[in-house]
Amino acid sequence: MAALSLKVNGRSHSVDAAPDTPLLYVLMDDLQLNGPKFGCGLAQCGSCTVLLNGEPIRSCVTPVSDAAGQEITTIEGLGTLEAPHPIQKAFIEEQAAQCGYCLSGIMLYGKTFIDQNPNATEQQIMEALGGLLCRCHTHVRMVRALARYAQEVRA
Amino acid sequence: MRTASSTKSNYPVAMTPDALAALENAGFSRRNFLKRAGALIVTFSMAGSARKLAAQSPVQRGTALNQVDSWIAIARDESITAYSGKCEFGQGFSTVQYQLIAEELNVPLDRITLIFCDTFLTPDQGVTSGSQSHPAEFGATGLRQALATAREALFQMASQQLNVPVDQLMVEDGVIKVTANPSRQMTYGQLIGSKTFNLTLNNRAVVKDPSRYSILGTSVPRYDIPAKVTGEYQYVQNVRVPGMLHGKVVRPPAVGAKVISVNEGSVSGLPGNVKVVVKNDFVGVVADKEWQAIQAAEALEVKWSQGDPLPDQQELYAWMRKQPTRDAYTVLAEDVDSMLKTAARVVSATYLHPYQMHGSLASSCAVADVRGSGSSATATIWSATQGVYPQRDSAAMVLGIPRENVRVIFVEGSGCYGINGADTVSYDAALLSQAVGKPVRVQFTRRDEMSGGENYGPAYVLDLRAGVDDKGQIIAWDYESWTLTKGGRPNATTPGNIITGALVGFPTPALVPARGNPPANYANNGNAASSYGAGVVAGRSGGTGNIRGERVLTHSIASPFFTGPLRSPARLQNTFANESFIDEVAASVKADPVEYRRRHLTDSRLIDVLNAAAKAADWDSRPSPKPGNARTGVVTGRGISCVLYEGDNGYCALVAEVQVDQETGRIVVKRLVASQDSGPVSNPDGLRNQMEGGVLQGMSRALREEVRWDEQAITSTHWRTYPVYQFGEPLPVVETVLVNRPDQPHMGAGECTITTVAAAIANAVFDATGARLRQIPFIPARVLLALRSRG
Ligand code: FES
Ligand code: FES
Repeated sequence: MAALSLKVNGRSHSVDAAPDTPLLYVLMDDLQLNGPKFGCGLAQCGSCTVLLNGEPIRSCVTPVSDAAGQEITTIEGLGTLEAPHPIQKAFIEEQAAQCGYCLSGIMLYGKTFIDQNPNATEQQIMEALGGLLCRCHTHVRMVRALARYAQEVRA
Repeated sequence: MRTASSTKSNYPVAMTPDALAALENAGFSRRNFLKRAGALIVTFSMAGSARKLAAQSPVQRGTALNQVDSWIAIARDESITAYSGKCEFGQGFSTVQYQLIAEELNVPLDRITLIFCDTFLTPDQGVTSGSQSHPAEFGATGLRQALATAREALFQMASQQLNVPVDQLMVEDGVIKVTANPSRQMTYGQLIGSKTFNLTLNNRAVVKDPSRYSILGTSVPRYDIPAKVTGEYQYVQNVRVPGMLHGKVVRPPAVGAKVISVNEGSVSGLPGNVKVVVKNDFVGVVADKEWQAIQAAEALEVKWSQGDPLPDQQELYAWMRKQPTRDAYTVLAEDVDSMLKTAARVVSATYLHPYQMHGSLASSCAVADVRGSGSSATATIWSATQGVYPQRDSAAMVLGIPRENVRVIFVEGSGCYGINGADTVSYDAALLSQAVGKPVRVQFTRRDEMSGGENYGPAYVLDLRAGVDDKGQIIAWDYESWTLTKGGRPNATTPGNIITGALVGFPTPALVPARGNPPANYANNGNAASSYGAGVVAGRSGGTGNIRGERVLTHSIASPFFTGPLRSPARLQNTFANESFIDEVAASVKADPVEYRRRHLTDSRLIDVLNAAAKAADWDSRPSPKPGNARTGVVTGRGISCVLYEGDNGYCALVAEVQVDQETGRIVVKRLVASQDSGPVSNPDGLRNQMEGGVLQGMSRALREEVRWDEQAITSTHWRTYPVYQFGEPLPVVETVLVNRPDQPHMGAGECTITTVAAAIANAVFDATGARLRQIPFIPARVLLALRSRG
């Protein structure tokens, strides 16, 4: 075990964890965040996605030591119930969830891609999310929500 | 880091003390009501309050189904707390329950708190499954009837206190007023004021006339979505109890393998106060932190015996036909054989469906806190189970403690679609907690979930034969199928129904071979009988079609793997066969698939959904295959299918448009147009969400999914070895048509569309290519084979 310092959603934390511990467990168990979730632990689904310095990563296979000292953002860090981030608003407005377990991956990969490509078509957005899973198969609405967010970014 | 908010001051609406305690006990804390764009978005935050739970001694409520107080409590401050045994899995039904409560009691949505699925608090409504929630809560013994009984009682009280006959009273926003003089009024809170109703559910209490609905029938936004997108929503994976440890299971490496020895020394040097727990063939480890538990589980040396021999997967379907069977007839007309003999033409085909899995996105998780020993032992289990009561009963047996001492609290996991690993992992957590005397959280690995956690949807072999007369009309329909079964849902008597129960030594009930008897009445719950049969049993017709010469025989055999309900159990497999076969017969007489179906249907609602889907899809009316399509290159086609789900629980139809690459065998579904009639539409957008998810999940099941194994073990252990439809692949255009029937009983909504997908796609592929796909999944290699064997 070692004391590591983590910067999550703009706040600093010191956690005691073995350096090879996947970041996800530290976020979930030590920092008690609900946003990033364990789906597969194998980088196959995306439900554990967080932003590391603004880029989406799979926290289930990222050793916590790799993330120490860098900017980590979970979906909690995007916005709140009172002040949701535009991408969260788009998902609420499109009612783009069933169980919602997959949302970290869809929203964070979607946000990163659209922020860089605000003119992307729905098909390009869909392709950019390659490798993410939603087992409730809410794809239709999620792509619609992302397109709505893209519109917002363009505006 | 966001901190949990679970103090009373955070509740914007005051509640009964009971409701407050219950809410916190259930892990909920109500927080926010956002108003935006005129739509009320009720949001809840569920962060962290489960932590408080262990410290509290819960108030146990009366939960008898026939008591109004089991369902509803109204406080002096006008807050309404309702209790239900139907859980939320992301299907959106709890939002419909909020609508129902607001509607039936004439109160605003934001005054209501709904508590669901907790054996100490909510009525025992069995399991949340099988598209039964909508019919149950609107049925004669469900939530709606309890609300109507309560409302009538409130009117009686108001009548007495205001000294005005009931028929001269009205209600608005929870205030009962004298119609002629509305300033004379009493609120619900003043009338009942935190007291109990002490009333039995009155099945004659008059429910609100659906034509007067103003909240039901509208697209009230889901109450849970805002907290899900902001990451505040607490899933069972996020339940954190003080002093909680982390457990992992070590499952047998082969099906049926038994523990020979466990070398505890193999983990003795590892960090995290590792403990090893062994109970018969159940093996697990517990450690302080999750990562430590994972490493300990991987390091633990266990010697296992050889597993059971498994049937060769290549030969599965032939093997199935040779096993001892337990038989059941849905319909048995005596003259089927003679009709087949005299028919102008006989069409026959065999359809094959593999084992498939729920494959929930979350690996299942549960937290359990088992304390004390003997008859005073208690257990609290936080679980994403579909049935808190059945789980309580069987967990009590697994733990060997009185069932009244076991409390099961539902907390949502990821979508489950049936018996995923939620029940099994709950017993795992409970056993580990019992062994170490501390609360334990178990989160399955992906391999645990896929190969050691869930009860699969079973494989099927289906033989169909039809006799057609010289006018092209079907006169005989002969269905014979083989399917497999082992275990099933948890219940009060057989914990061996699921994996953990069997590992600790409870027997899994064996299949007892038996011949089938002629049925006593028509029950097409599994949709074995096609929509085109008259379903004549004991002289009465229960079917939706006009074919009277009908024989429907299902053989069940013992499965090597645990099986159980998987979204649209049996109905999906049967409907794939029946709806493909009607298409084959239609093609054999060169009839349009829609017209040919209509010709054999008698149920006008089924005809209506069929027509609705065809119309919305701009159905190209002609026989299949499509004339003029080339035999090479990329071609397109359209197909249709329909069903009356469970024979009485929701009508739906689906048109699929596909593109088939005849060089690669790749199918791309371009468009799916689904229609559905579930009786009154309670929440149009919610229903569309279910339908959209259903058709895409059905597409994934049809095109991709098959559980695989080798000589000893399941080899589908992650998303590469059990591939499903994912982002990045072509997304079909999905359209939904709702057929609203406000004057009809409420029917199921969640499982209908998925049932129709495989046949609609197979029929569309036939239309495009003339090749018939009779084995799921429709992977390119199989498509190429079918293309090569075209006539
Ligand atoms: S949990 Fe990390 S990708 Fe699935
Ligand atoms: S909404 Fe359930 S997995 Fe995506």
